[in-house]
Amino acid sequence: MCNTCGCNITPGNRPLVMAEKPKNGVTTVSVLQNLLSQNNHQADHNRAHFDASKVLVINLMSSPGSGKTALLEATIKRLRESLKIAVIEGDLETENDTKRIQAQGVPAYQITTGTACHLDAHLVHNALHHLALDNLDLLFIENVGNLVCPASFDLGHHRNVVLLSVTEGDDKPAKYPVMFRAADLMLISKTDLLPYLDDFSPSNAEQNLHNLASDAPVIAFSSKDGQGMDAWITWLLTEIKDYQALLLNQKTQRPKIQQDGQLLHAQPGNTKFYPVSNKTEHLV
Amino acid sequence: MHELSLCDDLLGQVIAIAAKHKAQSVESITVAIGALAGVEPLLLESAFSLIKAGTLAEQAQLILQTAPVIVLCRTCGTQSEVTPNRLLCKTCQSNETTLISGDELILASVALNCPD
Ligand SMILES: Nc1nc2c(ncn2[C@@H]2O[C@H](COP(=O)(O)OP(=O)(O)O)[C@@H](O)[C@H]2O)c(=O)[nH]1
Ligand SMILES: [Mg+2]
Ligand SMILES: [Zn+2]
Ligand SMILES: [Zn+2]
Ligand SMILES: [Zn+2]
Ligand SMILES: [Zn+2]
Repeated sequence: MCNTCGCNITPGNRPLVMAEKPKNGVTTVSVLQNLLSQNNHQADHNRAHFDASKVLVINLMSSPGSGKTALLEATIKRLRESLKIAVIEGDLETENDTKRIQAQGVPAYQITTGTACHLDAHLVHNALHHLALDNLDLLFIENVGNLVCPASFDLGHHRNVVLLSVTEGDDKPAKYPVMFRAADLMLISKTDLLPYLDDFSPSNAEQNLHNLASDAPVIAFSSKDGQGMDAWITWLLTEIKDYQALLLNQKTQRPKIQQDGQLLHAQPGNTKFYPVSNKTEHLV
Repeated sequence: MHELSLCDDLLGQVIAIAAKHKAQSVESITVAIGALAGVEPLLLESAFSLIKAGTLAEQAQLILQTAPVIVLCRTCGTQSEVTPNRLLCKTCQSNETTLISGDELILASVALNCPD
């Protein structure tokens, strides 16, 4: 990033964008457009919807089967008397995830992603208009079970939570740095199984996360025996409080990776390059 | 595979630039990818060759430049080039670092064939 104007020039790509002279009728145009700009534009639109309704939105990501839906069920059981919660379900590995959530008595909307390996801001926009956002305090988005690409897509949500189950191996943060760097909170799930495993060390998992220059908190929990659930609920309630305070000051919350990378590289209104084409159909 | 939809965005932007400059065709497209961008260069290349057919960019060469992963240390102020899964300062080993290069996915430039 260029510190003076916030443009897309980084130390890594600076040599690429040196002016080139036209030769043989070939003109080189420097663009420096962030390729995810269409998604990011839609994401900001989504975030404006969420902020207008004052609902904190949490994006849950993990490998398939790490326990996202089980966590949602356990969380809703604990909080449904005190908070209005809904879920956007994007995980198609298990088609009955939506039914599992609805059985807990909260609204859930299933995104049909076909064969998509991640959710994007356009899919979430279509879904959010199926929910009465104004009535909600907390909205979860269960992303497609995949540790590779969901991290690259801002959905307009406020926090990224990444689950790592103890059956997966404590080196996952080192193998999937893009995903784990995006975590605002890392959850180690299925701790009830730890006594049966000799190769998963929660402290190694935490160290591998810290090697990514991440200061995200880590909470180990089990949806099965309830261990660690108090710490998770406390984290959630603190996030809701912090978010509401930001809203009072006309600010919003952004998931970690946005602050760290995308925003530095492409600040809206601060990028002097080619304008973004606008897929958004209506204003908020 | 989201490289295909990314390519859709990429091609849309390239075609718009070509139209603005009244180009006859696109000669080459240069994209900068950092190792932490979450995009597989090979997949991007194959997706691009599928999607460019029948457009102004049909003959265009896609040039992918890998951007190095560089962190700036907030403790001692030095910059280090590092690997994607070890973003620590090489001088003082601190993990209080800020990524300054390596997560970008940027359309850097487009070479156009323009009539005089
Ligand atoms: N032992 C144990 N199993 C769990 C726990 N949480 C989920 N599971 C099991 O792991 C499997 C996948 O869980 P699910 O919530 O559907 O994962 P998702 O794909 O991430 O939504 C199911 O068989 C669950 O019963 C847990 O805390 N402990
Ligand atoms: Mg699920
Ligand atoms: Zn600049
Ligand atoms: Zn994907
Ligand atoms: Zn809208
Ligand atoms: Zn240092």
